Amino acid sequence: MSVEQIAGEYNFAYLDEQTKRMIRRALLKALAIPGYQVPFASREMPMPYGWGTGGVQISAAIMVPEDRFKVIDQGADDTTNAVSIRRFFEKVAQVETTEKTAEATVIQTRHRIPERDLTEGQVLVYQVPIPEPLRFLEPSEVETRKMHALEEYGLMHVKLYEDIARHGEIATAYAYPVKVEGRYVMDPSPIPKFDNPKLEMAGIQLFGAGREQRIYALPPYCEVVSLDFEDYPFTRMRAEHCCDLCGAEDSYLDEVITDDAGGRMFVCSDTDFCGERRAAGHLGPLGVAESAA
Amino acid sequence: MYVAVKGGEKAIDKAHEWLEDERRGDVSVTELSVAQIREQLALAVNRVMAEGSLYDPDLAALAIKQARGDLIEAIFLIRAYRTTLPRFGYSQPVDTGAMACDRRISATFKDVPGGQVLGPTFDYTHRLLDFALEAEGLERPEPPAEAAEHPVMPRVTEFLNREGLIQDEVPPAPEADQPGDLTREPLELPAERPLRLQALTRGDEGFVLSMAYSTQRGYAKNHPFVGELRIGTVPVEAEIPELGFAIEVGEITLTECETVNQFLGSKTEPPQFTRGYGLVFGQTERKAISMALVDRALRWKELGEDDKGAPAQDEEFVLYHSDNIQATGFLEHIKLPHYVDFQSELELVRKIRREADAAQQGARREAAE
Repeated sequence: MSVEQIAGEYNFAYLDEQTKRMIRRALLKALAIPGYQVPFASREMPMPYGWGTGGVQISAAIMVPEDRFKVIDQGADDTTNAVSIRRFFEKVAQVETTEKTAEATVIQTRHRIPERDLTEGQVLVYQVPIPEPLRFLEPSEVETRKMHALEEYGLMHVKLYEDIARHGEIATAYAYPVKVEGRYVMDPSPIPKFDNPKLEMAGIQLFGAGREQRIYALPPYCEVVSLDFEDYPFTRMRAEHCCDLCGAEDSYLDEVITDDAGGRMFVCSDTDFCGERRAAGHLGPLGVAESAA
Repeated sequence: MYVAVKGGEKAIDKAHEWLEDERRGDVSVTELSVAQIREQLALAVNRVMAEGSLYDPDLAALAIKQARGDLIEAIFLIRAYRTTLPRFGYSQPVDTGAMACDRRISATFKDVPGGQVLGPTFDYTHRLLDFALEAEGLERPEPPAEAAEHPVMPRVTEFLNREGLIQDEVPPAPEADQPGDLTREPLELPAERPLRLQALTRGDEGFVLSMAYSTQRGYAKNHPFVGELRIGTVPVEAEIPELGFAIEVGEITLTECETVNQFLGSKTEPPQFTRGYGLVFGQTERKAISMALVDRALRWKELGEDDKGAPAQDEEFVLYHSDNIQATGFLEHIKLPHYVDFQSELELVRKIRREADAAQQGARREAAE
């Protein structure tokens, strides 16, 4: 099927306008009550649940033809599923796409917040597998909704305390729970806890869980506090290395196995950030100048 | 020199080409046509229509062909297509009592008005591989004698109802709220029975079967008899606003099952039989019977029965796990890259191990001193 054919058969950005309106209403409610999970009538999308259907529906609902769209998975633009989602919107919305964080108006992400600070007017759309931060403590949705309504978060604090008792620290490395504007405990999606401080930002953050039929949001400059204790304060965590390609000391790193004898290297997970640094002349221990690469 | 992994786009394109080639298989073997699938793999087509929630045998057959026979994948194709279809309106309730039945049996009465009609069933076949089918171009089977007219087949459970022996199903008042639509509104609990039935009729056949089976084996046992099972066609009517009355827009095949279940009575209800209900697109008997059993198990609250803690009684458990498109998506998504999260775990485990090692060495040193 050619691009023209597909684009002709479906509405702009795939979803029909009624569905978009339903999603936009849920988004407005979510922005009005930061951190609250708004039920929405998630549709079946042409990619499987778990592949980012929640994020795709939000992107489709907010997208306008003038948008510049960026998709990252694990921080990278060239991971297979990021490629697939970007292509989907190129087909069904024919919007411009970009790999540059600074140039994008809408960024859909899975598992990372870009290293570069977002600015006002930019929108970050998260793909969320399990929106409920209390789910692994209480499997019933009926119960967890009650717990949120009553602001009953004791169970979560007990879990964090038990972690400290057992491991000497809070043993959650990603999807680290946060409290929003002093009210709702929220799952920031499975971003590494390294990214948690960046949740307070100038951009709009929208979270979509397609299979679980939930949307939630963080308006710009919203207060987002990672849960912790006074004597065990929240700490970020990253591999204690610099990026082998660009030399960055402050970015989140992927560990890449290079041989079967324990050889490994560390590279920025955010590919745009790493590329920009190299283009600006920064070089890591194993890096080559961008022009030569 | 390390070069960051690039080439996702190219890899995807090549994978799709390969997939297309595999789908076709050996090109010296004749290609399967959509019509062949529709006609000769009709029960697969029925399952795809039922769980895809879209009644279109041609599209279902196409989906099966495209999915290389993976029925859940085919159901997924249909569901994704269904999303893009505009919703014109809702049909009138179909009258399954007036169904033109190909098959209609009752296990509770030896004979019933309208008769027991076996129809095209596997029930009494001996499951011996028919090697004659290996040869192609066999003589055509005799077509069944065309019944002059479908006899009237009154509902079996209504015979019991006349004596008040079975719990009455009260139809909703015409001015009552329309039942919810699972595909248009998010599922919220507790769910009304119409929503539960919607979830069950599109639920995974294997899941619904196993849930039903678990009730038979004692997890919320509800002693079911197949009061009636009927398969046949019904006309579908829809009211056209401009006309102000309903007209027939098509005809669909349905399988309907009503179970009759023992009920010993409760504090408020005298002993009487109760019902479970199953209704599924196409000839999908196993699914319809399973659905009726699970429906009955989920009605424990309404009938004042005890919560035995059985999975089939747990509405949240059943409704949240019956959809195979949701289930397979979430299950299979774990093969997508997770290396950012894994890296985070890796660092955490390394750190905790370092600390534990240090603590152990410290303890050993103390012991030595």
